[in-house]
Amino acid sequence: MIVAEQKPLDEIKGLLGEAQTVLVVGCGTCVTVCFAGGDKEAGILASSLRMASRIDGTPKDVTHITVQRQCEVEYIDPLADSIRQADVVLSIGCGIGVQALAERYPDKVVLPGLNTSFLGLPSEQGVWEERCAACGSCILGVTGGICPIARCAKQLLNGPCGGSQGGVCEIGHETPCAWQLIYDRLNAQGRLHLIEELQPAKDWSTSRDGGPRRITREDLRLAAEAAE
Amino acid sequence: MTDLPAASTNGFKSGSRLEKVLRAGHFAVTGELGPPQNADPEIIRKKARLLLGACDAANITDNQTAIVRMSSIGAGILALQEGLEPVIQMTCRDRNRLAMQSDILGAYALGLRNLLCLTGDHQSFGNHPTAKNVHDLDSVQLIQMVAGLRDKHAFQCGDAIKGIEPRFFIGAAANPFGDPFEWRPIRLGKKVKAGADFVQTQLIYNVERFAQFMERVRKLGLHKQVYILAGVGPLKSPGMAKYMRDEVPGLDVPNHFVDRMTAAGEGIDKEDKKARNEAFRREGIKIAIELVQQMRQIEGVAGVHIMAIEWEEAVRPIVEGAGLFPRPEVTAARMAEPAAQG
Repeated sequence: MIVAEQKPLDEIKGLLGEAQTVLVVGCGTCVTVCFAGGDKEAGILASSLRMASRIDGTPKDVTHITVQRQCEVEYIDPLADSIRQADVVLSIGCGIGVQALAERYPDKVVLPGLNTSFLGLPSEQGVWEERCAACGSCILGVTGGICPIARCAKQLLNGPCGGSQGGVCEIGHETPCAWQLIYDRLNAQGRLHLIEELQPAKDWSTSRDGGPRRITREDLRLAAEAAE
Repeated sequence: MTDLPAASTNGFKSGSRLEKVLRAGHFAVTGELGPPQNADPEIIRKKARLLLGACDAANITDNQTAIVRMSSIGAGILALQEGLEPVIQMTCRDRNRLAMQSDILGAYALGLRNLLCLTGDHQSFGNHPTAKNVHDLDSVQLIQMVAGLRDKHAFQCGDAIKGIEPRFFIGAAANPFGDPFEWRPIRLGKKVKAGADFVQTQLIYNVERFAQFMERVRKLGLHKQVYILAGVGPLKSPGMAKYMRDEVPGLDVPNHFVDRMTAAGEGIDKEDKKARNEAFRREGIKIAIELVQQMRQIEGVAGVHIMAIEWEEAVRPIVEGAGLFPRPEVTAARMAEPAAQG
């Protein structure tokens, strides 16, 4: 899932500026699961902003609403009336949600309330870890199901570097060495031969380096669109 | 000594002094020169003069520990002008494959002949922790690219080089004490397969463990395919020994060296810092000499790489003490010699 965390309240207050009527929009998908931008967080944030604005002597009208998925237009279409009444929209969806709202309501100022952090999973209660860098060319088949692009601090394809010690990455004690994990798993599975081969230079053109990405599935496009 | 594959048309892969020393079967000595965090050429010249004659070539570090310094190539040229042959270090942290190849062409055109291919310390260690790192290639892929430029006369993308190709003596690093310990010789094998001509190891203090590593290396036959230079560094003080034992990832400093360094200062007035420092340094050099002598006894070790960063004057007494002075005379590389073209 997409993992995000809320921006500091002061930063959000700064973004809102003089706006009087604020609509906080939560999202019911990834950011609900990681406790950053669901209905509960939208309610708490709206309430915090109301209180803060009163303390600052410039009370704002802050309300909140949550949609199931901010990243699909069908789910944000019904917000038209609420959004029309607000000076600004504060999205606490991920960066995709913010942009979906901004695209659907181009006249409205849409602001981000979260920092979208990474694609990952909860490794324990209250802890999330990155697992995928969306590089567009998956190599998990040769790395024992552990991604060195997302999980090695240097994105090594022929790791580990000399900084791996006691299973820990040189950047810090909280970060496991991805290549130690890869070695351990492939060793246990008797498949170390997979990483004895040289991994050639990666084609990064499928990653962000190739420019913004787009996938077109002709088999799924609507007939009218395809006929254009 | 080593049974390396036949060299290219001119008899050598690169023609560097380091290559010639190793090919002639001499026990090689490389040193290290850390460029300054400023643009002062005199600092390089002074350090180069300290190292000149004490080693066959000297590594010029590339933004070591991710701190901005004078470029390795720029400082390397200054060292070369002083008569010291440089080993240009190049990390994958700061440059992508385009920038690396263009710098390699420039470095060769300026007369540089040795290139050490490294991953690079993470930028979080240095003075620009908010920087974006690159890691377009890793060190193994960098070796492959430099070997391709030389041996296939081709850029990384496959395009042929029309004209003079850069012919470097290609170095790789190995940390025998990084984890997983069992995997390290195999990873070294990957670097050899990628095209490394010589290897310089991380600092070695635990000789017994290094000997175990070398036993595995010999079993894989790697010592016959690549020249292995063992890393040696003089300890400056008990504090430095403790720091390296406890804080530096990938280093293994046995306690007895910490004890020896501590004992060296005993009996000297704690207030007499100068005398204590001198005593510590004398002991550090003594330990380094012993380490060089022990490395020499290990089958498959073709030389030593002496790392005395910000203490370049220590290299000569170590080399002398180990009986490796004077260094052998070989003809150094000529400027930009044209390679035979098809």
